[in-house]
Amino acid sequence: MSSAAYRRVIEAITRVRGVRGAMLVAAADGLIVADALMEGIRGNAVAALAASLVKRVGNASEASGVGRPHFVQLRGTEGMLLTLPTGEELLLVAVADPDVNVGLVRLEMLRAAEGLA
Amino acid sequence: MKPTRVVEPWAAPPLERFVAESAARLVLLMSPSGQVFAQHGFTRAVDVMSAAALGAGIVASTGEMARMVEEPSFAALNHQGAHHGIFLGSFTLPRGPMLALVVYGPDSSVGLVQLFFEELVRDLVQSAPAPAPARPALAADFENDLNESLATLFRT
Repeated sequence: MSSAAYRRVIEAITRVRGVRGAMLVAAADGLIVADALMEGIRGNAVAALAASLVKRVGNASEASGVGRPHFVQLRGTEGMLLTLPTGEELLLVAVADPDVNVGLVRLEMLRAAEGLA
Repeated sequence: MKPTRVVEPWAAPPLERFVAESAARLVLLMSPSGQVFAQHGFTRAVDVMSAAALGAGIVASTGEMARMVEEPSFAALNHQGAHHGIFLGSFTLPRGPMLALVVYGPDSSVGLVQLFFEELVRDLVQSAPAPAPARPALAADFENDLNESLATLFRT
């Protein structure tokens, strides 16, 4: 899949109202594969920290016997970070406003993940 | 936790912050000639000297390759192994160009190291004192400086 094709897949996520940006991140490296972000979002920082977060959350969830996470939602005071691991290697990441329709974003992320498979 | 040791005290807080945030296992901060001014994680002087010499050699080699392809220089180099990664980054302090060699494990990533390396460089530039006037470079001075640096880095 070309980087333009990756970008097309994630742009569908950014069309949901309240989504400030979406990225495809290499899960092991925390590096951006493709992104569609609003200005002001530090893509490199979000990618690196989101990959680290999912890795650590995964360790915690496995240790507690609930298995690997399918979806991680982090609600902050100023917005939301949504991550969806797609296979072993990639991670879909969305940054959104606090009042975003999480169900709709998740649905678009799942569709995007299918498009990546 | 393995210790952070510095030849110059101003380098300690930025390096400790970098180690805490990036989860790096080993860090060397040095001049392009391999003279170390801060380290984290190494327990033996011989390892520091070997790693510094190898790191400086790699940067010198890639710098020469950059020159051959008419690039000004490579800013950073990353080698991803099965269990560990090695990151070599260049930066500039008021006293001149410097190198950082970072070894990280599976609890970190090249993305995290790169991210916090940028902050480390900002912190070091802010903390670094103005360069001292140049002294004549004598072999005896070099040996004394090297011994003093190693004694400081390993409390010998």
